[in-house]
Amino acid sequence: MTQNLHIDVHHVTRVEGHGNIVVNTKNGVLEECRLEIVETPRFFEAMLRGRPYTEASHITSRICGICAVGHATASLRASENALGAELSEQTWLLRKLIFFGEIIDSHVLHTYMLVAPDFFNVGSVIPLAGTAPEVVLRALRIKKLSGDLCALIGGRHTHPIAMNVGGFTHLPTVDELKAMRARLIDARKDMDETVALFKTLPWPQFNRPTEYVALSKTDEYAFIDGTVTTTDGGKYHPNDYRKVTNERCVPHSTAKHTAHKRESYMVGALARVNINYAQLHPRAQEAADALGLQAVCTNPYMNTAAQVVEMVHSVEESIKICDTLIARGIKKEEPFKFKGKGGTGVGACEVPRGILFHNYEISDDGKIVNANCIIPTGQNLANIEADMRALVPQILDQGPEKVTMALEMLVRAYDPCISCSAHSLNVKFV
Amino acid sequence: MKPKVAFFDFTSCEGCQLTVVDSLQTHLDLLDAVEIVQFREAMSERGEDYAVAFVEGSITRESDEARLKKIREQAALVVALGACAHLGGVNAIKNLAPLDDVRKYVYGDKYEWYATYAARPISAVVKVDAFIPGCPIDREEFIRVVQAVLLGKKPPIPDYPLCVECKLKENICMFHKGGFCLGPVTRAGCGAICPTFGDGCEGCRGAISNPNQDAMKDVLKEHGLTVDQVMTRMTMFNAYQMQEQKT
Repeated sequence: MTQNLHIDVHHVTRVEGHGNIVVNTKNGVLEECRLEIVETPRFFEAMLRGRPYTEASHITSRICGICAVGHATASLRASENALGAELSEQTWLLRKLIFFGEIIDSHVLHTYMLVAPDFFNVGSVIPLAGTAPEVVLRALRIKKLSGDLCALIGGRHTHPIAMNVGGFTHLPTVDELKAMRARLIDARKDMDETVALFKTLPWPQFNRPTEYVALSKTDEYAFIDGTVTTTDGGKYHPNDYRKVTNERCVPHSTAKHTAHKRESYMVGALARVNINYAQLHPRAQEAADALGLQAVCTNPYMNTAAQVVEMVHSVEESIKICDTLIARGIKKEEPFKFKGKGGTGVGACEVPRGILFHNYEISDDGKIVNANCIIPTGQNLANIEADMRALVPQILDQGPEKVTMALEMLVRAYDPCISCSAHSLNVKFV
Repeated sequence: MKPKVAFFDFTSCEGCQLTVVDSLQTHLDLLDAVEIVQFREAMSERGEDYAVAFVEGSITRESDEARLKKIREQAALVVALGACAHLGGVNAIKNLAPLDDVRKYVYGDKYEWYATYAARPISAVVKVDAFIPGCPIDREEFIRVVQAVLLGKKPPIPDYPLCVECKLKENICMFHKGGFCLGPVTRAGCGAICPTFGDGCEGCRGAISNPNQDAMKDVLKEHGLTVDQVMTRMTMFNAYQMQEQKT
C-alpha cells in the first residue's frame, strides 16, 4: 500500500498549453494536490485597449489555435451587442455552420488524437497509424472535413478571415455548399464508427457531483447566445456573467479560478449534454445512449464521450443548415456601418471546451476601451483540482504509476486549453 | 537513418503546431521521412536527441530563455514556426503600452505574481537557422520547408510582396474596393489568403526585406489614406520590429 506518494508531472502531454500536476501524500493523507498552470501570461485584454473594434475578433482568435472560430464568434457577438448590429438570417446560418465545423474539428482532435492513445496504451496517435490505420485514417478524414467546412465559410479554421462585425466578407457558393453537404452525409458512417469505437473504451469509473454550467435555449442546443444555466439552479443573462464566474487569482496558476454556488463548477461538452440533452439531435441522443451517457452524468472522464455525442449532433445540424442555405440561395448583403455610437456588450458562446465570455466597451470613435475574456479552461481549473483531491485517496493503493496515469487522463478528459486560459481576468468597467 | 525532429512552444496559441498536425491529412508520408521525438501537444514520449527543432511562440519572460537556449544547444537546426516565433507577432502588441500598466490591467494588485517582459521573437534570444512565416503558418509552405531542410537546401521563402500573388489570384485590389491592405509591403507565400476572403492583409508574414515604401505611399495618397494607418495596422504583428527600428 502506497502511503507516501510524490507525483510531479512537468508539462502534462497531449493537452494544449503548459500545466504541471503536483500531488503529495504522507502516511496516506493528501498534503498537496494542484494543477499548476505555468503557461506564460498573455495579456490579450490589455492588448485590445485602444485598437479599432474591427480588429478585435482577429486579435482574439489568436488566443487559441483550436477554438479560433469560437473566440472570433464571441468577440463579434460582444461588439455586435455593444454597437447594436443586427444579424441577417443568412449570417446566423453561416455563423452556426462554421461553429459546428470547429466543434467537430476540436472534438475529433481531442477524442481521437489526444485521449484515444491512453486506451491503446501508446504515447501518441503516431504508432496507431501502423497498428490501427483505419482509426487514424478515419480521424484524419473527419479532421479534414471539419477543417474544410471552416475554410469554406471563414477562409481557414485557424484563424478565420471572413467573419466580421455584422456579417461576412466572403460567401460560399451554393455549389460549394452542395459539395460540402454530400461530404457531411458521407461522414455519417464515420460518426457511426466513432460511436462504435468509443463505446468499447473502458472509461475510468469515478463520480463526483458538482455544478454544471452551460448556455441553454428552448428551441435548440445552444452554442451561440442563450441563457447561462446551471444544474444547481440559476439562470442568468450573459450580461450578468460575473455573478457566475466570480474570478479570483491563485498563486500557482497564471489562469484565474472561478466558483458559483460550490467551491467549483464544470463547463464543456459534459456540462452541455447534462443541461441540454433534450435539445440534442435524435441521432446524437442515440449516440449518448449507446455510450452510456445519461444526464446528469457526474463522471468527468465522460466529457470525452459527450464530445463524441456533440460531433454526431454537429454533423446532423450542419447538414440541415446546408439544406436551408441551398434552398434559399446565397445573397450578397450590405456590410454593417458604424454609426459613431459606441457601447458595452457581452458575447457568450459554447466553444468546444465550454462557456466563453467576451465583454467589450467600445468608444464613440470605434476603439476598444475595456475588454474582458473569461475562458472555459480557466473556469474548469478549480473543478479539476477538486476532482483530483477526491480521486487520489480512492486510488492511492494502486501505486504512483497508476495514480499518475489516472490524473493525467483526468486532466486530459477536460480537454484543457491552457494557453487560452492563461490570461483571464476580472476587469472592473468604470 | 531518419532525421530526428522535435516541436516546442513558448507564448502562442499552438495553432501552428495544429497546422503541422493538419498537414498529415494530405502528407501522412511525412511520418516516413522524419522521426518525431518530442511534440508535447500531441505525444507523451520525450526524446532529447533531436537534430531539428521547430519552435512556436514568442519569448515573453526571462525564465523561458534558458529553455530556448538548451534547445539551441541540442539542435543542429532551429526553425522558427509561425509569426510569434518569427516576429513576436500579436504578443508584441503588449509592448506598445507600459509593461506594468498591462500587468495591472489583467491581474490587478496580484500582478507581481506573474513574471513577464516585452515579447520578442526567438531570434532575439538565440541564432535561428530558418523561419516559416505566417499566423498561422501555411500548410503547404511547411511541407516545402521540411523538404528543403531534409535536402540541406535553403528553405524557399518568398521575398516579394503579397500583391504578386493577389494579382495572380485575379482578386480585385482591396484599395479599389475602398478597403485597406498591407499587401504592398508584406512577404508573399500565403496565396494572398486574406484578400481572397475579403479582408486586407494584416502583415502577419512580416515585411519583405526591401519594401517599396514610395510605391506604398503613392497608393495611400491615391486613396486618401495615411502612413499612420499603415503603421497602426503594422503593429498587429510587427510591433517588435517597429520598436526596434525606432531605437
